[in-house]
Amino acid sequence: MIPELGYFALILALGMALIQAIFPLLGIWRDKMSWIVLAKPVALGQFLFLVLSFFCLIYAFVTDDFSVAYVAQNSNTQLPLLYKVAAVWGAHEGSVLLWVTILGFWTALVAVFSKKIPLQMHARVLAVLGFISSGFLLFLITTSSPFRRLLLNTPAQGIDLNPLLQDPGLASHPPMLYMGYVGFSVAFAFAIAALLTNKVDAAWARWMRPWTIAAWCFLTLGITLGSWWAYRVLGWGGWWFWDPVENASFLPWLAGTALIHSLLVTEKRGSFKSWTLLLAICVFSLSLVGTFLVRSGVLVSVHAFANDPARGKFLLLFLAVVIGCGLLLYALRAPFIKGGSYFSLLSRETFLLANNVLLIVAMTTILLGTLYPLIIDALGLGNISVGPPYFNAVFVPLMIPLLFLMGVGPLCYWREMNLKVLLMRLLYPAIIAVFLSLLLLLMTTDKIPVMVFIGLALACWVILVTVKSMLLKGWPLSFNHIGMALAHIGIAVCVIGITMTSYYKLERDVRMQPGDITTVGAYDFKFMGLTNLQGPNYTGLIADFQVTHKDQFVTLLHAQKRLYTAQQIPDTRAAIDAGIFRDLYVALGDPLNNNAWAVRIYYKPFVRWIWWGGLLMVLGGICALKNSISKRYIN
Amino acid sequence: MDVINDRREAGPSALTSGKPVDNGKLFCSLLRTCNMYTNKSRLQFLAPLVIFIVLAVFLWRGLSLDPRQLPSPLINKPVPTFKLITLEDAQQNFSNKNLLGHVSLVNVWATWCITCQVEHPILMDIAHASPIPIYAIDYKDDRATALKWLQSHGNPYKMVGFDGDGKVSINWGVYGTPETFVVDKKGIIRYKLIGVLTPEVWQHEILPLIDKL
Repeated sequence: MIPELGYFALILALGMALIQAIFPLLGIWRDKMSWIVLAKPVALGQFLFLVLSFFCLIYAFVTDDFSVAYVAQNSNTQLPLLYKVAAVWGAHEGSVLLWVTILGFWTALVAVFSKKIPLQMHARVLAVLGFISSGFLLFLITTSSPFRRLLLNTPAQGIDLNPLLQDPGLASHPPMLYMGYVGFSVAFAFAIAALLTNKVDAAWARWMRPWTIAAWCFLTLGITLGSWWAYRVLGWGGWWFWDPVENASFLPWLAGTALIHSLLVTEKRGSFKSWTLLLAICVFSLSLVGTFLVRSGVLVSVHAFANDPARGKFLLLFLAVVIGCGLLLYALRAPFIKGGSYFSLLSRETFLLANNVLLIVAMTTILLGTLYPLIIDALGLGNISVGPPYFNAVFVPLMIPLLFLMGVGPLCYWREMNLKVLLMRLLYPAIIAVFLSLLLLLMTTDKIPVMVFIGLALACWVILVTVKSMLLKGWPLSFNHIGMALAHIGIAVCVIGITMTSYYKLERDVRMQPGDITTVGAYDFKFMGLTNLQGPNYTGLIADFQVTHKDQFVTLLHAQKRLYTAQQIPDTRAAIDAGIFRDLYVALGDPLNNNAWAVRIYYKPFVRWIWWGGLLMVLGGICALKNSISKRYIN
Repeated sequence: MDVINDRREAGPSALTSGKPVDNGKLFCSLLRTCNMYTNKSRLQFLAPLVIFIVLAVFLWRGLSLDPRQLPSPLINKPVPTFKLITLEDAQQNFSNKNLLGHVSLVNVWATWCITCQVEHPILMDIAHASPIPIYAIDYKDDRATALKWLQSHGNPYKMVGFDGDGKVSINWGVYGTPETFVVDKKGIIRYKLIGVLTPEVWQHEILPLIDKL
């Protein structure tokens, strides 16, 4: 009964979404007030039904209702409760439901926080959101209902959730990522509404900015969590693989970062209007393309999801309608948007423009690399893979000028800047950055790789200049400025982490018997022995490793090898001793002869800084958000 | 951009105000929009749409396509002169000499290549079922990772040359991994496949070819 209720709630939600998409626009056209004001209650109603449907699916999982096909495929009676709930979005159908529910959530937020927005604008925004929601609900109901029943032969036991996904990192990673992806739909809706009315001004940018920043925060958090999850669970000790699905989340992040900066110019100076509009459309388009790439199976990826060409075709058609209409509208209306105010070549506007150009070029090269195998295939030239060598070669050189400019921009005035004053402001940070990074490197190693020096110097440069910009501004600082500072320092911290861990990591793949000692860097790893492990839905082995540093005991690491009983899938859980300056990472490989095991031992310096940097960026976003929300929506 | 001129010709624009539009006015504004695009400077605003349409066409074809083979300019030419260290042992070499005197397959792969992982079990089957030796070029890879990967997943190759910087692969005309070459007794490339070597391709294209050689 409950699953049917969930399905019915989905259909009702679709009805409401259709009303929300059509009536407000008709109302504006025909001048019928009662149709225009319909948008808000219908948006809230739609969200209510989506939540109901979502809880119905959670209920089916928690009560082990294996007559529901989706539950039978992704759950098991022995699965811990937390993962039963997380399994709701562990495969295709449920993650589409999560997608739509989150869209409903954002729509409801837009519906509620609307005090200062003109009624017509508000109705248009909600109508666009309603249209997107209708498309996805139709997709969910027709091709991928999670409530489909196996009535005739209900299995007694479910197949279980993919073991890789049984991890707290995964439980939180997709919802955060989707909050980000879907959150950009609000920015998209604002852009379309502005194009429909041809009213693009500072007020419009002010309404749109908090939504964009909020979505960006969630996306940043989602990517950070995903990277952390991959590091711990995939057992390779890597934190970024340039996998198509990872790229799909990184593309909207790059474009979204560009959008935040471009919106700032539109808000403060009234420039870059049509560029901001185009970016807003692009960011959401990339989110949709990302969803399509993951869901359709056109690209091979480590992110295993069941794929179906019919689903792919539906998504692509919908994508073409949404993005095509958006870009067509842009092509028709953007030429009428009047340009902004004057700015000289040496001004903050110029630096923000350069930032946008670099970010978009980086985004395009990654998009190209991700789609290149597909294009080659579509042209009938074969089926190939583009891997990290390409992405590292194109991405890193673009980040160097970006980081450099990130230092200059905040110290520059809007509109016009005196070159001499600017150079004087930059002189000391530049000198200190170079010397500090050289000093740090000389203290630790005798030879200095060029890339490490560049990475460290740029990170120091960004931090120093950001601190200087705070000093110049003087107390009390606005939340906006603190937000910018935190986010920029976050990038610098992340760069330090990436540079150090890429160049100074040590990796040993060794054969070890109990009692053997392997030395990695300054640490000795002693294989103490194996004990048996009994988990709720798996059995396995624990290998104990004693780590010593110059005969001083450091830690005891317990690397696990699990066998998930329901699907008989083996899974490696690495043991990690986390530290500020280094991680020690031990993963148990396969058994070899004579009681010996293949063991992977990694020494990863500064790896945590990558995720701390991500968290700092999120914190910065929240600071900026606090200011703009209280100014624009509450008071 | 002469926005002002257009406005003057068309009078007060329905497009620029937020007011309700009637059908006559809408038609007028559409006509005017068409005129507008004869003006070159405004074509730039169409560019994003055009790019997206091209992309969408590729995505659409991507939904229904299978790997295909591609004629290579190297076919019926001798294997380019090369010398690589082997993956297992940096003292040993894998070079043209190894390919002389027997028909062989040369497979270009890498551990970072996800498509290659799909291909791997098929290569394992071929290695078990067929006497034809499979050689490999490990393309732009990490040595330790590759060794470890082959140890844990099985090694179908008779010999693996390690091409860390990818220079040898460039001479072979490698587009991207995986690629497979058929080399005859005299060291001449007779066939090249870009993409996954499927059991069908093996049965219907490569085996008949090898029988003839």
